[in-house]
Amino acid sequence: MRKLIGLILIFGFAFYMFTIVAAIVIPSDSSEKKSVGIDILQNSVRQTGAANAVTSIVVLYRGFDTLGEVTVLFLSALGIALLMKGGRSFKHKTEDESFILKTGSHLLFPFMFLFGIYIIAHGHLTPGGGFPGGVIIATGFFIVLMTSDVFKFRDYFLTIIEGFAGLSFIVLGIVGLFTPEKSFLVNFMNKGVFNTVFSAGIIPLIYAAIGIKVSSELSGAVGNLFVSKYGRRSENE
Amino acid sequence: MNNIINIETLIFTASIGLVVIGIYLVIAEKNLIKIIIGLNLADSGVNIFIVFSGYIKNKTAPIFSKGSLGFENMVDPLPQALVLTAIVIGFGVTALSLAIAIRLYKHYGTLDISKIRGLKW
Repeated sequence: MRKLIGLILIFGFAFYMFTIVAAIVIPSDSSEKKSVGIDILQNSVRQTGAANAVTSIVVLYRGFDTLGEVTVLFLSALGIALLMKGGRSFKHKTEDESFILKTGSHLLFPFMFLFGIYIIAHGHLTPGGGFPGGVIIATGFFIVLMTSDVFKFRDYFLTIIEGFAGLSFIVLGIVGLFTPEKSFLVNFMNKGVFNTVFSAGIIPLIYAAIGIKVSSELSGAVGNLFVSKYGRRSENE
Repeated sequence: MNNIINIETLIFTASIGLVVIGIYLVIAEKNLIKIIIGLNLADSGVNIFIVFSGYIKNKTAPIFSKGSLGFENMVDPLPQALVLTAIVIGFGVTALSLAIAIRLYKHYGTLDISKIRGLKW
């Protein structure tokens, strides 16, 4: 019965999308699309100094929205921590990881860390930025956690780093209130030479703050999810 | 025939197909992990749909590096920036729902939602 209801519902949805929405979204001549994006493309280099227009939208034009996004990520990490910390924990007997897997993951970790830092630092020049770079660094932590149970996980340290990164994002925004423009998250710094690493004012700084915050947050979340696999941390020590 | 099957129709069909598969999994499946996979698929479909809404044929990525073709030859950057937000929030939703699934498994010893008290429908 559930499957029948599901099939009827999704057929209705697909029929609606293909008949009505397709006519709006797929235009006959797609070069006639007009939106606020054209204005942003025309002015973004002059206004923000960043080569990547998507980055200038995410960090400056919609910077307040990004602050909210970081808050949503923080709330989900907080929810995971609250859900996974308390209560009884699993007592699974897991097999020991193979030597090759362990050594390989420990060799891979510094390179993933470096690559994540590269992605974060070039957010205003190439595709990437704080969120993908932070996820890459957290993936490095994740691989090490997957393959070794001896990894000492200090999440109070991660929490302090995360708090400082979030605070520096807000402080960078508030400094904009004391500049002549008098608005939150205004690009008050010197824009520098276009298309170099040290350019585009506060965009690399904000992306660095976001990258540090996302990487420490996700590493903490992954570590909290793994508490259940190896029992509570206090029982391990 | 070439006018009907073009790249726009293909991407549109793929995104709607992903959303449809995801919604079907959420409605019909009984395993919590499969429901979360369905949520993820629907999320990816919506993301592809939003990026596609800013797509313009024969235009490049909105990056003004050396050798770029100028702003007349770039796709709309706004949907891509919105999708960056949507991906991060989708990740948060997935991680939180997996944590809830782990807690439910700890409490009830099963992931079948028809066997979990209070979740029947």
